[in-house]
Amino acid sequence: MRTAIEDRALVSLRGVRKAFGSFEVLRGVDLTVAKGEVAAIIGPSGSGKSTILRTINGLTPVDQGVIQVGDIAVTDPKVDKVALRHRVGMVFQQYNLFPHKTVLENVSMAPIQVLKEPRKEVEERARELLVGMRLPEKALSYPGELSGGQQQRVAIARALCMQPQVILFDEVTAALDPEMVKEVLGAVRKVAEDGMTCILVTHEMRFAREAANRIYFTDKGVIVEQGEPKAFFANPQDPRTKEFLDKVL
Amino acid sequence: MSETSIFTDVLRWLPFVLWGFGLNVLMSVLAILLGTTAGVFLGLGQVSHTRVVGGVSRLATQLFRNAPWLVLLFYCIFLMPYSITISSATYNVPSWLRATLGFSVPVAANFSEIVRGAIGSVPKGQWEAAEALGYSRSVTLLRIILPQCTTRMLPPWMNLYALLITATPLASIVGVEEALARTQAAVQSEAQASFLIPMYVTLLMMFFLYTYPISRVSNALERRFRTV
Repeated sequence: MRTAIEDRALVSLRGVRKAFGSFEVLRGVDLTVAKGEVAAIIGPSGSGKSTILRTINGLTPVDQGVIQVGDIAVTDPKVDKVALRHRVGMVFQQYNLFPHKTVLENVSMAPIQVLKEPRKEVEERARELLVGMRLPEKALSYPGELSGGQQQRVAIARALCMQPQVILFDEVTAALDPEMVKEVLGAVRKVAEDGMTCILVTHEMRFAREAANRIYFTDKGVIVEQGEPKAFFANPQDPRTKEFLDKVL
Repeated sequence: MSETSIFTDVLRWLPFVLWGFGLNVLMSVLAILLGTTAGVFLGLGQVSHTRVVGGVSRLATQLFRNAPWLVLLFYCIFLMPYSITISSATYNVPSWLRATLGFSVPVAANFSEIVRGAIGSVPKGQWEAAEALGYSRSVTLLRIILPQCTTRMLPPWMNLYALLITATPLASIVGVEEALARTQAAVQSEAQASFLIPMYVTLLMMFFLYTYPISRVSNALERRFRTV
């Protein structure tokens, strides 16, 4: 099973270590995500979940270890940043839409300005993505005029419009009011079901169980346990995993 | 001496002082333009990740921001050449122009801080989102950060201008014939004590009527942007 995944590996981290000052956030992380797989990283606050995500697209440089996304060596100092960001999309907890740009501009600007793709083509794609996110009528609105859930769905469309091979979801529902969590999780689920490789850090255990193919549990900078969702939640092996699941479920 | 005659005396001198006030306005407008332009570069320099650029920009900003305006004015007045020669033609640099340059130095330093502060007030997530979309640092600054800064910079910029116009009478010390110098001249030539206070009140009103609306608009803008 593992070897099959290794063969189809799209994202792989080997022995990744990262310290902020004297605090070691990541203490040797190994992770492999295959193409089309949905991986959910769960774990207590401060266990390094978000840092793992941020190392994958190079937002946080690592101290040690090797990260590979397809044929791109992320940890190579001479890595082509534009190619990396083209391949790896990211959705943030705080949406981080550009407030001075319309929804359509938010979704389409990077492919036009960074990837130099033709405007007409990109805007057509952006409008389709907004339809997919059930926001077609909001194309010309500004982010400030949208609800949190709507903004986050625009952010997902923005990530998709770069046509990446993998999307990182960093606690995308954590800043939302409860009634908007469902619509955003629905959108993430749709992205996953359309075959996109997804790595998500989440506190939504039910969602992780239902949407992910594989669960990773992190604690104190290492991946303690991983497995298929059903087995993972029904029968956790490590005492730290058990303790965590007892608290959150 | 009757009150009406004082009033007519003030009126008689008013055009003379107003012409001087025109020079205050001219100096302030030129200085804000020069200072703002230089301040943008200094402010961008302050957030630069190139060590030398950042260091020099921060040093210049702090040096000129924390120096008395009058001292900077003296520097520019006395250190600048009195005339410049461009292709065998010699131009005198009038003292009001040298004073203008003197005013634009602290304006640049103060605006540099306004720019730095505005850039710093944009949430870090904006930088990260841009970086994750493949934008370089300089393009992020130009296309994503700075457009969000302009509205934040407008109120403090207007306050800076109001400060600047009220500082321009300092130029009278170095011999520029602006409103204050002309008021003094008028008072001296009338040589009567009862004329002194009405004349200076008139001068005060001039500055107040010009500056107060600017402060009001600035405050109104500040309130408006805060709620957005």
